[in-house]
Amino acid sequence: MADLLSSRNLRRWLPWALIVLAALVLPVVLPPFRLNLLGRFLSLGIVALGVDLIWGYTGMLSLGQGIFFALGGYALAMYLQLNELKPGELPEFFSLYGVKSLPAFWQPFGSPLFTLVAIWVIPALVAGVLGYLVFRNRIKGVYFSILTQAALLVFFNFFNGQQKLINGTNGLKTSTARIFGELIGSDVMQRNLFWLTVVITVAAYLLCRWLTAGRFGDALIAIRDDEPRLRFTGYNPTAYKTVVFAVAGALAGISGALYTVQSGIVSPQYMAVPFSIEMVIWVAVGGRGTLIGALLGAVLINYAKSLVSEALPETWLFIQGGLFLLVVLALPDGLVGWWRQGGPGRLIAMVGWPPRTATYPALDLDPQVAAEQDQLERRGGGQG
Amino acid sequence: MNLLELQGVTVSFDGFLALNDLNLQLAPGELRAVIGPNGAGKTTFLDVITGKVKPTRGDVVFRGRSIVGRSEHHISRLGIGRKFQTPRVYQNLSPRRNLELAVRGPHGPAALLFGSLSSEQRDRVQHLLSVVGLERQAQQPAGGLSHGQKQWLEIAMLVAQDPELLLVDEPVAGLTDEETARTADLLKQLAGDHTVLVIEHDMEFIRDLQAPVTVLHEGHVLCEGSMDQVQNDPRVIEVYLGSETQEDAA
Repeated sequence: MADLLSSRNLRRWLPWALIVLAALVLPVVLPPFRLNLLGRFLSLGIVALGVDLIWGYTGMLSLGQGIFFALGGYALAMYLQLNELKPGELPEFFSLYGVKSLPAFWQPFGSPLFTLVAIWVIPALVAGVLGYLVFRNRIKGVYFSILTQAALLVFFNFFNGQQKLINGTNGLKTSTARIFGELIGSDVMQRNLFWLTVVITVAAYLLCRWLTAGRFGDALIAIRDDEPRLRFTGYNPTAYKTVVFAVAGALAGISGALYTVQSGIVSPQYMAVPFSIEMVIWVAVGGRGTLIGALLGAVLINYAKSLVSEALPETWLFIQGGLFLLVVLALPDGLVGWWRQGGPGRLIAMVGWPPRTATYPALDLDPQVAAEQDQLERRGGGQG
Repeated sequence: MNLLELQGVTVSFDGFLALNDLNLQLAPGELRAVIGPNGAGKTTFLDVITGKVKPTRGDVVFRGRSIVGRSEHHISRLGIGRKFQTPRVYQNLSPRRNLELAVRGPHGPAALLFGSLSSEQRDRVQHLLSVVGLERQAQQPAGGLSHGQKQWLEIAMLVAQDPELLLVDEPVAGLTDEETARTADLLKQLAGDHTVLVIEHDMEFIRDLQAPVTVLHEGHVLCEGSMDQVQNDPRVIEVYLGSETQEDAA
């Protein structure tokens, strides 16, 4: 028992305990509207994890994650439109444009199994192919960013214009659709979706941690820091970048699907240019290169956005701009990076309370000494 | 048979000939030093071998096969390793992780994700850490190492790669005399099992290596021979304006 409560074990189990507690308590405490918002923002955390993988770890700034986000959302929305239709019936909007038969590419979305796979496989494939072509030609840096944004605009305009295929600019509504006989927009369904989102977010986090913790993650960091050097060591960066870009695409697709069912609609607005840029801002503010930072950034910024917009409409964009400036100028590693580098202590020191040190400050700050101390504490913790 | 052969290699950057009809042969197990004044084409010469720059004319043959037009990682996997002029280690990774990336073995994404290091690879990393004296710093980011430690780490990474041919660009720039001597010993040890080509400005170090010297000038080979022969060659004295050789003599 004492072992279970030692500081090291506590640090390992406490976050998980808190997550389970939050998942159980929040649906009771929060009104359905707030709970729904939290679920939506958590699902945005998943796309942020993907952005962090490709930008924070691999150094590729994609401004086109909205493509994959929307593809996932559309895949699920198409299934929900077809679900519980009688044979021969068409989703309602088709009649507006005089479409008499279901377009061929809608057919497979009648199957729930196909849809569950398509939600992440289609975005991953699109990302993989797009990525491979770009990376093979060694396009990187700002050119990569511009290309992804251009691709985003192409998809945006295409989806906007296709009334007869996917209801164009109006998008597909999901809130009035039913699944398991229950309305998607109902409170019960939304609570279940919240739990589902929590579970999938945790799974996505664990996936990203597995990807970044080992040698694969080291290779990603090496690509970010010195790609030519890695080539001369016998690595083919194209393969790594394609894989990681496809994974980020899959995460975006899952995120888009969860977001769609919790906001009740998917529309080409999910591929609007500002939205994809916002995804980057969440990661930058939370802390790129730290997975928890991406999640925190997405949830905190979006929650702040909804609170500020309720109280003072029109001011949010100024606040968002200010946040981005703050991060660029003062917190290059985001909130989590600042915290980990002892930011709070420095802030307190700045206003007059320097941290107390037992020995010479230079000795305390020496990373070797700190590492040794850490090791000793860990050993002590294991015995106690 | 020669391990590496450059046949009439010419590299033209918009008309400027960085390499001009360069011919060079390396026998297996040889230790060779390459010197030359600034702008002689030493780094371009390494770029051509490692696939970074494609020669305008001529051929590079490694183990009897042409490697012109192959990509960098391909050439590296064939067994050609390179150490850069300024130490290029991954600053945000610890020395141990730097070495674990470099260590010889499969380098594909699947291998790195699903496989783990074999015990030989692990031993190799541990051994190299102790050889270059970075055991105590093994877990800290390499960005915090001193210049000399980074140089040594990069040499260790090159050795971890275990290539047949080691191309070493200015390994002792910024090192202390003692470190320089140790580097020379290390390179001499490596030669024999490996073929080593060293580019350096430090004449004392080159003399320490006791290796045949090739002098590059304006993109082609000016002369080859032992250090003493080369230093007394009037053409070499001329291209160096006598400055470096005189300094050495003094």
